[in-house]
Amino acid sequence: MTVQSWTLVLVALSFALYIGLAVLARAGSTGEFYVAGGRVPSALNGMATAADWMSAASFISMAGLISFMGRDGSVYLMGWTGGYVLLALLLAPYLRKFGKYTVPDFVGDRYYSGFARIVAVVCALFVSFTYVAGQMRGVGIAFSRFLGVGVDTGVFVGMAIVFSYAVLGGMKGITYTQVTQYCVMICAYLVPAIFISLLMTGSIVPQLGFGSTLDDGSGAYLLDKLDGLSRELGFSLYTGGTKSVLDVFFITAALMVGTAGLPHVIVRFYTVPRVSAARSSAGWALFFIALLYTTAPAVAAFARTNLLTTVSNAPYAKVPAWFKNWEKTKLIRFDDKNGDGMIQYVADPARNELSIDPDIMVLANPEIAALPNWVVGLVVAGGLAAALSTAAGLLLVISTSVAHDLLKKSLRPQISEKSELMAARVAAGAAVLVAGYFGVNPPGFVAQVVAFAFGLAASSFFPAILLGIFSRRMNREGAVTGMIVGLAFTASYIVYFKFLRPDLNDAEHWLFGVSPEGIGTLGMLLNFATAISVARFTPAPPAGIRELVESIRVPRA
Amino acid sequence: MSRREQYWRRNLSYLIALLAAWFLVSFGCGILFVDALDRIRFGGFKLGFWFAQQGSIVAFVLLIVVYVRLMNRLDRRFDVHETDAAPAPGGEERTS
Repeated sequence: MTVQSWTLVLVALSFALYIGLAVLARAGSTGEFYVAGGRVPSALNGMATAADWMSAASFISMAGLISFMGRDGSVYLMGWTGGYVLLALLLAPYLRKFGKYTVPDFVGDRYYSGFARIVAVVCALFVSFTYVAGQMRGVGIAFSRFLGVGVDTGVFVGMAIVFSYAVLGGMKGITYTQVTQYCVMICAYLVPAIFISLLMTGSIVPQLGFGSTLDDGSGAYLLDKLDGLSRELGFSLYTGGTKSVLDVFFITAALMVGTAGLPHVIVRFYTVPRVSAARSSAGWALFFIALLYTTAPAVAAFARTNLLTTVSNAPYAKVPAWFKNWEKTKLIRFDDKNGDGMIQYVADPARNELSIDPDIMVLANPEIAALPNWVVGLVVAGGLAAALSTAAGLLLVISTSVAHDLLKKSLRPQISEKSELMAARVAAGAAVLVAGYFGVNPPGFVAQVVAFAFGLAASSFFPAILLGIFSRRMNREGAVTGMIVGLAFTASYIVYFKFLRPDLNDAEHWLFGVSPEGIGTLGMLLNFATAISVARFTPAPPAGIRELVESIRVPRA
Repeated sequence: MSRREQYWRRNLSYLIALLAAWFLVSFGCGILFVDALDRIRFGGFKLGFWFAQQGSIVAFVLLIVVYVRLMNRLDRRFDVHETDAAPAPGGEERTS
């Protein structure tokens, strides 16, 4: 069978499975729609969380980025996993004990303020929409490259699938779909990685393979060979860094804290039956995520070595078929500057003749390593699973924010359970349409706003929730000013460097040398400092709130 | 000091110890001391590079496992562990 028919079969099978599960496990009440009735076993919830969290960016883009950034790419590896330690230790068990449906619920109740709730809702909506636009675009691109339909058609198919299971199934439906999607995704990631590791190093475990010797008879270590090749071509060492230590520190911290503050991740911990399950569920989630995240740097190193040895100084007339295939998508481009018919791939931009979009590294990897056709089809199904599972989780946060936080808790408190559930479904449907619109007409700034999503989550939610749990004295005035100051500072810094003056976006002009990607860390510190000082000079929270804090600190009583 | 206060103090001391380890393996070994550790090699890995791309992630998983064990023991010792009758959110009783 050809690559295209394998892809079609595997993608169609996986889609049928997702929809079937969603119909079987559809939600009947608001409790089931928002948090799956709070009955999801902790290991399953961990798996669903892993699928929810790992998006098209983790699956498709991350290994590619690392293979071009070398050690600097570690900011993503550590940043997007370390946050789970914060989540498990500092947030998840206490929020589960609190036991309401959303992050704005906690912020609104703990700070006895409708205004604080609205600030939290606005942040949650902004973060979620930013994210979901990128997912729909990823779905469209995967469809267009492998199934020969237009990007727009791909987006519509993706919308229809997500609509059917997020709107019908709610949290209960997407939980079981996400579990399946995790299984598809992890197989699709590990199978090619294991194949390539065996081919290149003879080790069946990719995590060990990229620290082993090459199987080409030279006896050299893979990473040493990669460093040597990089040096020859004028690139910086693969295992060495080029970013400043301070910036790496701040970016990693912003990604970690941002991860812990993302509403679609936090809400998953409301779905488990008890506090101890929330703790172990975070452990399971990180375990399942770590399977992919420890494989990614190995894939990155293999792909980089393969690329350098295959195309560097090779005659253009004799490049392999995958090179030509991807040239059609314009994601890989060759420009024979010196007209010698050979591909010069070097660091010096004046002499370099090859430009490669990092996004193709994972998708093209099975073709580069000449793996069987079904592996290519599996990788496409995996990429789609990653994008769809994240999109569904985000759509649910959007619909919950609108139906529960805005309608039920702020605008129309007398609304009945049945109409609230209806409103949640309508909101999810509307959100799918908006996400689809952005998928078809992508705003040019999708890549830039990712920094935004993490920065905002880090500088607004994280401090407000943390102080709400660990400080009895923290009051409405402190938390609200803290969130606003953190948010305003982070947002204006990012807007200034990413949109108003992108020409000034370099280390020389950054505040203390911190890039917009890492500024959320500073925003978070500012939020903490403001909240604590304002709370000191304003009245303590009412007695009822102190009791609430006491009660969320212990699992029972 | 009340029992509840003691429970919370003990919880905080676990958190401080575990977060110190969390900081050490990621920000310490993977970022601040990465160049010094890179002088040590095992197999094909430079140690700092290994921590930045592998070791820190493995350590994160282990830290959560240790935390879960410690807290489950602490909950039982202070008799605040959950029984099967703990209500699910929305006031529903759990069925299993």
